[in-house]
Order: sequence, then structure tokens, then C-alpha cells
Amino acid sequence: MPDYETLRIIWWLLLGVLLAGFAVMDGFDLGVAALVRVLGHDDGERRALLETVEPVWEGNQVWLILGGGAIFAAWPLLYAASFSGFYFAIFLALLAFILRPAGFNFRNKIEDPRWRDAWDGVLTFTGVVPPLIFGVAIGNLFLGVPFRYDATLRMTYEGGLVDLLRPFPLLVGLVALAMLLMHGAAWAAVKSEDPIAQRAERALRVLAPAFVLLYAAAGAWLATGIPSYVISGAVVVDGPSNPLFKAVATDGQGWLHGALGTWACVIAGIAIASAVLVPLLASRRRHRGAFLASAVAVVGTVMSAGFALFPFLMPSSLDPRSSLTVWDASSSRLTLGLMLIAAAIFMPIIVAYTSWVYRVLRGRIDLAHVRRSHSMH
Amino acid sequence: MIDHTVVDLSRLQFALTALYHFLFVPLTMGLVFMLAIMESVYVMTGREIWKRMTQFWGVLFGINFAMGVATGVTMEFQFGTNWAYYSHYVGDVFGTPLAIEGMMAFFLEATFIGLFFFGWDKLSRVGHLAVTWLLAFATSMSALWILAANAWMQNPVGAEFNIDTMRMEVTSFSAVFFNPVAQSKFVHTVSAGYVLGAMFVLSISAWYLLNGRNVDFAKRSMTVAASFGLAASLSVVVLGDESGYTVTEHQKMKLAAIEAMWETEPPPASFTLFGWPDVAERKTHYAVHIPWVMGLIGTRSLDGVLPGIRELVAEAEVRIADGRKAYAAMQALRADRNDAEARATFEAHKDDLGHALLLTRLNVDPLSASPEDVARAAESTIPNVPVLFWAFRIMVACGFWFIALFAYSFWLASKRQLDRHRWYLRVALCSLPLPWIASELGWIVAEYGRQPWAIEGILPTALGVSSVSVTQVMTSLIGFVVFYTALAVVDAFLMVRYARKGPDGLGMWPPKEEGVH
Repeated sequence: MPDYETLRIIWWLLLGVLLAGFAVMDGFDLGVAALVRVLGHDDGERRALLETVEPVWEGNQVWLILGGGAIFAAWPLLYAASFSGFYFAIFLALLAFILRPAGFNFRNKIEDPRWRDAWDGVLTFTGVVPPLIFGVAIGNLFLGVPFRYDATLRMTYEGGLVDLLRPFPLLVGLVALAMLLMHGAAWAAVKSEDPIAQRAERALRVLAPAFVLLYAAAGAWLATGIPSYVISGAVVVDGPSNPLFKAVATDGQGWLHGALGTWACVIAGIAIASAVLVPLLASRRRHRGAFLASAVAVVGTVMSAGFALFPFLMPSSLDPRSSLTVWDASSSRLTLGLMLIAAAIFMPIIVAYTSWVYRVLRGRIDLAHVRRSHSMH
Repeated sequence: MIDHTVVDLSRLQFALTALYHFLFVPLTMGLVFMLAIMESVYVMTGREIWKRMTQFWGVLFGINFAMGVATGVTMEFQFGTNWAYYSHYVGDVFGTPLAIEGMMAFFLEATFIGLFFFGWDKLSRVGHLAVTWLLAFATSMSALWILAANAWMQNPVGAEFNIDTMRMEVTSFSAVFFNPVAQSKFVHTVSAGYVLGAMFVLSISAWYLLNGRNVDFAKRSMTVAASFGLAASLSVVVLGDESGYTVTEHQKMKLAAIEAMWETEPPPASFTLFGWPDVAERKTHYAVHIPWVMGLIGTRSLDGVLPGIRELVAEAEVRIADGRKAYAAMQALRADRNDAEARATFEAHKDDLGHALLLTRLNVDPLSASPEDVARAAESTIPNVPVLFWAFRIMVACGFWFIALFAYSFWLASKRQLDRHRWYLRVALCSLPLPWIASELGWIVAEYGRQPWAIEGILPTALGVSSVSVTQVMTSLIGFVVFYTALAVVDAFLMVRYARKGPDGLGMWPPKEEGVH
């Protein structure tokens, strides 16, 4: 089995893979749900639009479920601190994830337009809220979160929902929202016929530049205006997972000068370049290319945040020593090793059958056919 | 200081959301197998009606599945939001089965559910059948891993406390995965789901026959339900008994509480069929005993002793005393990690550390606890006897009723007389809620019976909570109640509407000129 340090790095990377997987896979169906009223102008169009994601959104959402499970198993301190610290935010996101299955599955079960309108409203809500909240949460990580541990590693948190809503995290929330709206529109362009696909192209001409501007602004703010945290003193990379065994200073040179800061900038550059390509490709009817570019932008954005934070996972503004880092928030070596074996076996299988399902479902959704049929799914 | 209002509200929220989630999960587990069986008949015989049966029950399956997914996310997130110290304390062990469940089972299930509904025209017959069977297989695999995690809460094997990280860490994964409690729980729980799915099909089909609608359709459905339900109900009772046997080995207090067995009886102990447990007097009034049965079920022998509640409380007192030694040594070690004497004391007694935390739960410092505090802490290991006593008995009575009903249905089906007796059809219809009641009571016996522990003997539930405020938990609790009630109304409305419409009302069977989607 690899040594403890290597396992921690691998699981930090796998955490990134799962979050990026969630953003890319579930991201487009969140985006489509959020845009259902914008891109679909009547019930037939909306049903066709929703049918682009209905057979796959459940599988996509497992990236989130698995992300939660993997954080629990591999980074239990992070799981406990973030979920309980961001209590109301997580609760709001949960409401969205509770309503989503109902929205997708129940909407077409009754023909009454009022029923369907109401569920379209619900779907919009469930598409907009999660990216906003996850963005705000990630923005808060850079500012530090007000928590501390006592000697038994019981965490206390001093703050509420309102404390999360500071300007920088709100900006990151908008970045995430713009990103997933762009991604959803790119998917709609791939899978829909005109006029929905044309509307998606037009939407991309607004959404992609909006994302680029917001993302660049957040990056600039991060580079210049937000003090960073650094581990002061000896960095023990293979010690027991106890955050209180280290010292942390807050006088860092800025998040983009961290251990992987240069990489974060390079990846951010790739993300921006890809996002710029999205509307250009889409307008030339290169819909698949546009979606791929959008996916690269999404992965890059998620990765750039993780690389900028490294080695921190969740800094503490209240008691910097309590900050969670890659070196002191993980599971035991045995658990990380076993989970790695499980991931090595199952992740390729998952990718294989997911690809097969998308192949079976390939092609644009036939709008005329949807209008004729009275599908209740 | 433990804020017991936060603890109680968090427990209430967890119990409500878990019980609610478990209204949908067993139906998913059971119904999907019935779909797979029906579709197999279709593929083997090529008769269109079996395809329509799969699709019609599939519509109801889909409505229910959505609710299961919606309420399942809550369960996974709630450990972090409301039980943060629990998550920290046991995440190293408890998180792994949950993560593997995601990778091995839920991913498969959620990826193929879409193809089940949207793949009829895109896949070959055999291809679609394979998707349905994969869905059924994945659903039960899901239960396997979730119950492995749950079984570790009942019987925490293969892990030990690490003083540097202040948490339980894995020493042997095979011990965690091959936990005997996990195996008996798995078979008992999935069988319960199969019974529920079979009853669902049986009851709704009986309603069609009572109304003289969809006769061919309903009879075939009932035949599948009767055979599947008979096998499942036999399995749920026999393996429920196995589950009882493993409880004897690992959770003696839970068993004693279920039996309201206040005193240790000379073996083989008798089984209390009925009675009125009196907590204050520690007696069971009006008890009707069946000699020998409990000793035989619980110990599989004539001379095995089943300890009563009084004896178990005395044992807990001894363990609390040992646990206080471990707790004191832990404080010494925290001050000086090289204190060899403290290290030795800690290693000798650390298995009882959890019992010292029973004092913390009462907001008493284990270092300065008085003998009265210790006695009080030992008393607190007794779960709620009357609730367990009754929940268990109603559950078991339901189990025997299921065997009788499905056996009779099977007999009628084999004689092709399912629609002969209207009283039978009415009984079958009225039995619809019973498997739900039995399942929920099973959860109560297993989890409420585990109290005061979150992890048996390791971590009292009260210590597992997050450092959140009463306002926070109150708000989320009210939010869940409001949202879940609204969803329950919508779900019930759709279920009833589609069940009422039936295959005839939906134009699925008998076939019309045009194809229907």
C-alpha cells in the first residue's frame, strides 16, 4: 500500500475528481432545470427540453451522493465541520435536492397546465439554488470559517447563515451559477432540435461571457484582496489526523502564491479560454464541441479552487490552528488504502456503463414526436 | 455541556426522516423484483400482456422511486449536519460502507433507472430485461452496504480507539464487512421489502378484481405476488429469528427489553406472549408465558442463560467503573503523551471508555462522579421497555399474518380461483398497510432499542450531536415536516390516481389500435 502522504494526496485528487464529476455531470441537468422556462416556450418544448435530462439526471446526481460519501469516509473531519458549520446553507441545498426528483417525475403525470407551470417553477428553483449555495460555501473557505476544536476534537461554530453571505462568497456563488447555466444551455443545444437549440445558442452568447467576467473578477479579488493562510512551523505530512498538532499563520502572501498557486493560475487560464470557445463553437452549430469546451471550463474552475486552497481544505478564521488541511483531516491509512482499492475497481466500471447509457440515448430529442405523444414520464 | 434539547430535536428529526425514507425504500426493493419477474415472463413467452404489466406497475414504481431518492439524500447529509461529533468519531469506519454503497450499488441503480423508463424502444427485449435485472440487483446491493454500516452501530467490530485522533479507527475491514449482524439484518430487511412489494401488487390487484376490472391483468399480477410474497414472508420470519439470535449475542440489553425480562430466568427461558410491562415496578403484569421458547430462540440450546435487565444494569456499573479508569488515563496521556503507566492503564480499559461517556451524557465529569451518578448512568442503559415490547410483538404478528395470507393466495392461484371469494379479496385489500407498519416497527425495535447508544458500548447518542443551536435544529425540523408532508400528499395523490386509473384507464391494456407510450 502507498505511504500515508501519498494516499492523502491521492484522496485529495479523488475528492477533486468527484466534485468536478458532480459539476460536469449533474451540472448540465441543474442548468437545464434552471433554464426550463427560458429555453422552452410552451409545454411541448419544455417536455422535450426536460427529456434531454430525464433519463440521466438520477445517475448524474449520484456524483453528489458519492462525493458526500467519499468526504465522509476519506475526510471525516471535513465532512463533520463543513456540513454542520454550513447548517442552514446545506439545509437549503437539501430542499432543492428533495424537490428535484419530484419535479422531474411528477411534472408530466398530470396534464393540467397549472400543475405543470408550478412544477416548472420548482424545477427552476432546484436548478438555481444548489450552484449558488455550493459557490457561496467554497467562497467562504477562502475567507476562513469561524470554527474551533476543543481537546476532544469537538467542533464549535460561531456564526450563522448571514455570516456566510459576505461579498466575496456571493461573487463565487454567482460564478458557480453562471457556470452551470452555461453548461446547461450547452447541453440543451446538443440534445434539442430547433427552435430550442437556437435559443440555447443565443443564451450561450450571454452566459459564457458572464461566466468569464465573474470568474476573472473573483480570481483578481482572490489574488489581491484576500489574505491567505499558511502552515507555520514543521509540516508533518504523515502524522495522525489531528488538526491541533500544527500551527497556522494568516499572513500568507495571497492564495495564488500557495504551494500549487501557479498551477491554479494555469488551470484558470485554460478554463477561461474554453469558456470563450463555447459560444463561438455553438454559433457555428458545433454543439458537441461547445459542450466539450464547457465541460473543460467547468472542470478547470473546480480544480483551480482546490489548487489555490492547497494544502488547506477548510481554514478556520476563529482559531487558525483548528484549520483542516490535507495532512490532518483524513481517515486512517488503512481506510484510505481500502477505499482506493474500491475506487480503482468501481470507478472504471461506472464510467463504462454510464458511457453505454449515453450511447443508447444518443441523438436529439424529436420535438414533433414529443408533441404527439402523451408520455407521463 | 450537552444541550439535551438539541439532542432530543436532532434525534426526533433523524427518526422522522429515517422512518419517512423507509416508507419508500422497501417498496422500491420489492416492486423492482416483481417487475423483473414479469418482464422475464414477457421475454420468455413473448406475450404482450406481461410487458404491459411491467410497464403499468413500473409507473407506480417510478412515483415511489422518486420519493426514495428525494428522502435518501437527507439521510446521507444528516450525519454531517446534525451528528458532526458522531461523524468525526466513527467516520473512519462508518463512512466506508456508505461510500462503497455509492460506487457499487446506487450508481448502478440510478444510472439504469432512466433506461428502464426511456429504453423500451431503444433496446432489444433482452437488453431491456438485463437493465431491469441490474436495477433489481443494485437495489438490494444498496441495502447490503447500508445495513453493513448500520450493523456496525449495533455490533462495532474490527475497530479501536486512537487517542491521537480521538476517534475509532479501523483495524480489520473484513470484520466490519462480515459482521454477523450485518448478514442477518440484510436478509431480514430485504425480505421485508419483498413482502411489502408483493402486498402492494396483491392488494391493488384485489381491488381491480373486486370491481371486475382488468381481470386477466390482475390475476396474473396476483399470481406473481402470491408466489414471491410467500417465499419472502417465510424468509422474513425465519431470518428474523436469525436476527434475534444475533441480537442475543451482541445486544443482550435490547433483547431483555424486547422481552421485558427484568430478572434472569433459569434456562431455558420462557417467551412472554403478552403482558403489561411496568417500568416503575420492573415487573410484567398479566404475563402469558410459553415455556422454553425464548431460551431456544435466543441461545439455540436448553442450558444457555439469557441475562435479565437487573443483571445487565449491574454489569454496566462495572464497565462504567473500568471506563472511568480509561478516561482518567486518557486525560493523563493528553497532558503527557509519554506517560507509560497511563498508556498501560488506558490500553487495559479502553474498551470500556464508552461507558464512562454515559456519565458525560448526564453532564457529570467522569473523573468526579459520585456512586449515585454511576448508578444513574448504569440505569440509563435500559431502553424504553414497553415500546420495544409492543413494537416487536405487533411486527411478529404481522409476519405470521403475511405467511398465512400469501400461502392462501398461492393456493387459490394454483387452483385458478383468485376471484372466487369476495371476502378474500377484501382481506387482501385491507392488508395493504400492514407491511408498512411492520417495517416501521422493525426500525423502531432495531434503532430505538439501541438507545442510549449511537454505537453500542462506544458512543452514547447524546454525545454524537453537532454544536448547533436549538433554533437551527428547530427550523430544519419544521422545514422537513412541512416539506415532507406536502410531498406525501402529492405522492399519495398521484399513487391513488394512477392505481385507480389502472391499465384500462391508462389505455395500456387491453391493447388499442395505436401504440401507447
